[in-house]
Amino acid sequence: MTSLDTSVANTSGDTIQYVTVLIGGQLFGLPISQVHDVFVPESVTRVPLSAPEVAGVLNLRGRIVTAINMRRRLHLPPLKEGQMMAVGIEYKQESYGLMIDSVGEVLNLPASSAEPNPSNLDKRWAEISGGVHRLDGRLMVILDVARLLGAMFTEPMAAA
Amino acid sequence: MDDLLREFITETNESLDVVDVELVKFEQEPNNATILDNIFRLVHTIKGTCGFLGLPRLEGIAHAAETLMGKFREGVPVTPEAVSLILSSIDRIKEIIADLEQAEGEEPQGDDSDLISELERMSTDAGAVNPNAPKAPVVEEPVVEVAAEQTLERPLRPGEVSLDELERAFRETAVEVDDAAEAAAPAPAPAPEPVAEAEPAPVAEAKPAAKPRSSRTERLEAGDQEKSEEKKGPSVSNQSIRVAVDTLEHLMTMVSELVLTRNQLLEIVRRHEDSEFKVPLQRLSNVTAELQEGVMATRMQPIGNAWQKLPRIVRDLSQELEKPIELEMIGAETELDRQVLEMIKDPLTHMVRNSADHGLEMPADRRAAGKPDKGTITLAAYHEGGHIIIEVRDDGKGLDVDKIKAKVIERGLASESEVDKMSDAQIHKYIFAAGFSTAAKVTSVSGRGVGMDVVRNNIELIGGTVDLRSTQGKGTSFIIKIPLTLAIVSTLIVEASGDRFAIPQLSVVELVRVQTNSEHRIERIKDTPVLRLRNKLLPLVHLSQLLGIYEGADAEKAIDDDNGFIVVMQVGSQTFGVVVDGVFHTEEIVVKPMSTMLRNLTMFSGNTILGDGSVIMIIDPNGVASAMASHASSSVAEQLEDENDDQARKALTSNSTISLLLFRAGAPEPKAVPLSLVTRLEEFEVSKIERSNGRDLVQYRGALMPLVYVNAGDQHKIEGTQPMLVFSDSGRSMGLVVDEIVDIVEDNMNIEVGSDRPGVLGSAVIKDRATEILDLGYYLPQAFEDWFMRKEMDIQALTKKILFVDDSSFFRNMLTPVLKAAGYDVTTCSSATAALELLEDGGKYQAVVSDIEMPEMNGFEFCEALRRDPRFRNLPVLALSAMVTPASIERGRQAGFDDYVAKFDRPGLIAALKDVFSGEMGVAA
Repeated sequence: MTSLDTSVANTSGDTIQYVTVLIGGQLFGLPISQVHDVFVPESVTRVPLSAPEVAGVLNLRGRIVTAINMRRRLHLPPLKEGQMMAVGIEYKQESYGLMIDSVGEVLNLPASSAEPNPSNLDKRWAEISGGVHRLDGRLMVILDVARLLGAMFTEPMAAA
Repeated sequence: MDDLLREFITETNESLDVVDVELVKFEQEPNNATILDNIFRLVHTIKGTCGFLGLPRLEGIAHAAETLMGKFREGVPVTPEAVSLILSSIDRIKEIIADLEQAEGEEPQGDDSDLISELERMSTDAGAVNPNAPKAPVVEEPVVEVAAEQTLERPLRPGEVSLDELERAFRETAVEVDDAAEAAAPAPAPAPEPVAEAEPAPVAEAKPAAKPRSSRTERLEAGDQEKSEEKKGPSVSNQSIRVAVDTLEHLMTMVSELVLTRNQLLEIVRRHEDSEFKVPLQRLSNVTAELQEGVMATRMQPIGNAWQKLPRIVRDLSQELEKPIELEMIGAETELDRQVLEMIKDPLTHMVRNSADHGLEMPADRRAAGKPDKGTITLAAYHEGGHIIIEVRDDGKGLDVDKIKAKVIERGLASESEVDKMSDAQIHKYIFAAGFSTAAKVTSVSGRGVGMDVVRNNIELIGGTVDLRSTQGKGTSFIIKIPLTLAIVSTLIVEASGDRFAIPQLSVVELVRVQTNSEHRIERIKDTPVLRLRNKLLPLVHLSQLLGIYEGADAEKAIDDDNGFIVVMQVGSQTFGVVVDGVFHTEEIVVKPMSTMLRNLTMFSGNTILGDGSVIMIIDPNGVASAMASHASSSVAEQLEDENDDQARKALTSNSTISLLLFRAGAPEPKAVPLSLVTRLEEFEVSKIERSNGRDLVQYRGALMPLVYVNAGDQHKIEGTQPMLVFSDSGRSMGLVVDEIVDIVEDNMNIEVGSDRPGVLGSAVIKDRATEILDLGYYLPQAFEDWFMRKEMDIQALTKKILFVDDSSFFRNMLTPVLKAAGYDVTTCSSATAALELLEDGGKYQAVVSDIEMPEMNGFEFCEALRRDPRFRNLPVLALSAMVTPASIERGRQAGFDDYVAKFDRPGLIAALKDVFSGEMGVAA
C-alpha cells in the first residue's frame, strides 16, 4: 500500500476509489460509487431462454436482482470450486449482480494514471474495459458498467 | 403551473365530459329542464373560473356558448345545429385546455372569433324568434309549446342572460356548499362568505367560490347519471376526497410487499409446528387480506367512466352516417381496476364505432327488415366469478358469413373446402385474424372488422378474451371477459427440469395426471405427443422443451416418462396441454416487472418473490400459445376437433402439405396448380365464349376475361359447358381452359423433375401419379401482357439483386418469376445455411427475401445471424411466411426483419421490396 500511497501523492488531481474484484485471476476495478453492496448469491433462479451470461434472478432483501456471470461474460471457464461472490450495482434504475470470484481491497487511484486499453486486448474484453491501471506488479482493468450491461440488451430493446 | 390551475384543468376536463354526455341527452329530450340546468351550470362554472384565472380565450367561448344556452332556457327551440355548435365549442375548449396543460399554464394564442360570432349569431336569431315564440310557425309549434310550459314562471328577457337564472344556478349549487366547505376548497374565494344567495350584484365575485364545488358534485354524479337525472339538483352529501393516483399506486405496491412478507412468515411458521407466532400471525394474515381488499377497492372505478365519451361519439357518428342510433348502457356502475379500465377504453370505443358504422343498417334497410328505424347499440357490464363481462351488442344486420368466407379464401387463411366444413361461428372468428381487414378496402367486402385483431390483442394483453355471437339479420354481440385486476394474480406453481415456474390460473382450464395404465395416457402421432381428453385431441408440449431447457431426444424422453402432470391451458381460442414434472400449490402473487435485459423473453410475463424467499418466473400464457402454434404440427391440426383453432390451421399451410387442384388439359396425364392460387372454378356455356381481336374471351362479372389454353393451339369444346380455372389478381381475371377438373388433394408437393418446357414448373408425385405442376407465372402474362409489369417496374429495380431463400422448391419456382417480372435479378437458395455461405463468399445482394419455416436454420435464426454480422447489419431482409400472426410478426421484428409478408401475397411482396428500396434510396439521398 505504501507504494500506492506515494503514487497518489506524486500525481496531483482527482483520485477515484475502486473496489477490486478477481475474475479468473485477473484484477478488475469498479468505481466504488457504482457498487451498492457485496453479497453471496444464493438460490439463484435460472431464467430459461435468456442470454448465456445471465446466471438468473435472485432475491436480495426484497428486490429482484438479475445476476450476471462475469466469467461467462468474459468467456472464461466456469469456476471449478468455491463460492462465487457478487457485486450489486445499479444500472438504469434496475439492480444487477455481477458474479465474480472474490472481492479484494478498495484502492485509491488517480484518474490521470489510467491508461487506454492496449490495442491487442481481446475484443470481448476491450468492449467492457474503461482503461488499465498499472499497479505494483499487476494490472487492474477498469470495468465499465454501462458498456458491460448496455451491450447485453438485445437490439430492439436498445433501440426503444 | 400552480396548483390552482392544475385543479382547474382536472375539474374542467371532468365537467366537459359530463357536458358532452348531457348535451347528447338534451338533444333527445329538449324539454328536460333539469338536463339543461346541469349543462348551463357547468358551462357557467367554466366561464367564471376562466375569468378568475385570467384565461380570456376560454372565457370568451364559454360566455358565447352560455348565452346561447340561456336562450334555450328561455324556451327557444333546440335545434341539432345549435347543439352541434355548442358541442364544437366544447371541443374547442377542450383543445385549449389540452394546450394549456402542455404549455404549463400559458393560454395558447389563437382566434376564436369564428366560433364566437357563430354562437352569437345563433343567440341573436334565437333571441329574435323568442319573443314571438307563441306565434312561431306551425312546424316549430309543438317543441316551443312544451318548452314554454317549462319556462312559464320565468320572465323572458331576450338578448341577455337573466340574473335570476344565474342565481337559480347558484341556489342549486349552494345546497351542498356547507358540506363541501370542509373538504379543502382549492379556489381562494374573493368573497369570503359562502355564495351570496340574496345578493344579485356580486355575481362575478361569487362565481369562483361556487366553482369547484359544483363541478365536484358533477363528478360524483358522472358515474351515476341515471340517478342524477331524476334528482332535481345535486344533493349528494360530499363524502369523497381527491387522492393522487401515484399515492394509490404507492399504497398498492406497499400492500403487495406486505402480502409477500406475510407469505414468507407463513412459510416459516409452517416449518415450526408449535410456534407461538401462529395465532398472532393468523391475525396479521387476516388483517393483511382485509387491507389488501381495501386498497384494491380504492383502485376500483365504475366502468361508466370508460363509457363516458361514447354517447358523444355515437351521436356524432349517427349524424355523420345519417343513421338514427340509440346507445343503451346497462351496468355502468360495475366496478373494475382502473388499470384495466384504462386498457379497455380504446377497444370498447373501437367496437362501438364498428357497431355503429358496419353493424347497423341504414334506416331504409331497417324498415325493410321490419325493424324500427332507430338502431340500438347496447353496452352491458356485469360481474361473473372474478371476471367482468362486457357486452357490446347491436341489433343490426349481423356478420355476412359469405363475405367473410370469400375473404378468408382470398387471403389464403383457409382453403375453400376447409371453409365449407366450418360452422358459422368458426367463420365469424376470422374477423379477429391478424390483418384480416387491413387489406385493400376490406370494409366494403367483409362488412365488418376494422382492426378487430388489434382489439383482440389489446384485450388478450390484459389476460382477457373476446368472443362474438352473430345472427344474420338480428345483430351481433361481442362478449369481452376480463380479469378484475392485474396487480395480484393467482398462479399455479409447477416444476419442470428442477426449476419452478408460475402459471397464471386464469388460463389454466384443468390439470390431468398422466399414468401409463390410466385412461389418460400420452399418445403420439408421428412424433407429436397428444392427449385424448374427452373425445378431443389435445396437442402437448413439455414445459422444458418450450423453455429450451433441454431439446430433441431429451424432451421426447421427458414426455415418455409418463409420470408428469398436464396443465391444460386455454388462450383465446387455442387449447393445449403443457406437460410439467410436478405441481405444487397455488399462490397469490404480485407480478413484478422483469429487468429490461430479460424483457425480450416472450415466454415470461414477469417474476416475483415466493413465500420461501426465492424468485420465480411467471409464464406468459400468450407467449406459450404462440410458441405452441409454431410447434403444432399438421398431424395434430388435422385431428383436432377443436373447431376454432385457426392457429393450427395456419400451421397446416406452413407445412409441406398443400392443397392442390388436379385437372386435365390437352393430354391425359394430370396437371396441378396450388388451390390457393385459384380464385374460382367456373363453367361457361360454350356459346358464351366469344372471339375478338384474335383471341377467345368470355364476359365475366361485367368485364371481358381472356381465355388462355394450357398448350398453344388447344381449342375449347364445341358444345356443352367449358370448365375453366379463374385466376384473379388486383381486379383482373384470366380463365385457364381445362378439359376436366379431377380432384382437390392435400399432398406434399416436391417437384422431383424440373422442366425446361415453358409453363411447367416440373413434375411431382401426387396421389401416386406423376403430375405436371403448372407455372402460372407463364400463363398470366398471356392474358394480359403487362400482368406483372403493372407492378410499376422501373429501371432502378433491374439493377437490384435479390437473394431468395426458401426450402420449398415450389415457392422458389413460383415466386422467382414474380420477382423477375417485377424487374429484380433473383438468385435462389434452398436453405439458410446455403444463403449464408453465398453471402460469406462475397455475393453482393441488395436485399434478402427469406422463408421462415425451414429445416436446420429457420428464418428468424437466419436473420439474427445476418444482423450479427456488421456487413449485413443494414441489408434489407424480408420475411416471407405462410404463418402471419401478430406474434410471429413481432418475433420477426425482433429478429431484425424489415418487413413480414404473407406467402401468397405477391403484390404485398413486390410492394414491400419497393418500400425497402425506396427507403434505402431516401437514406442515400
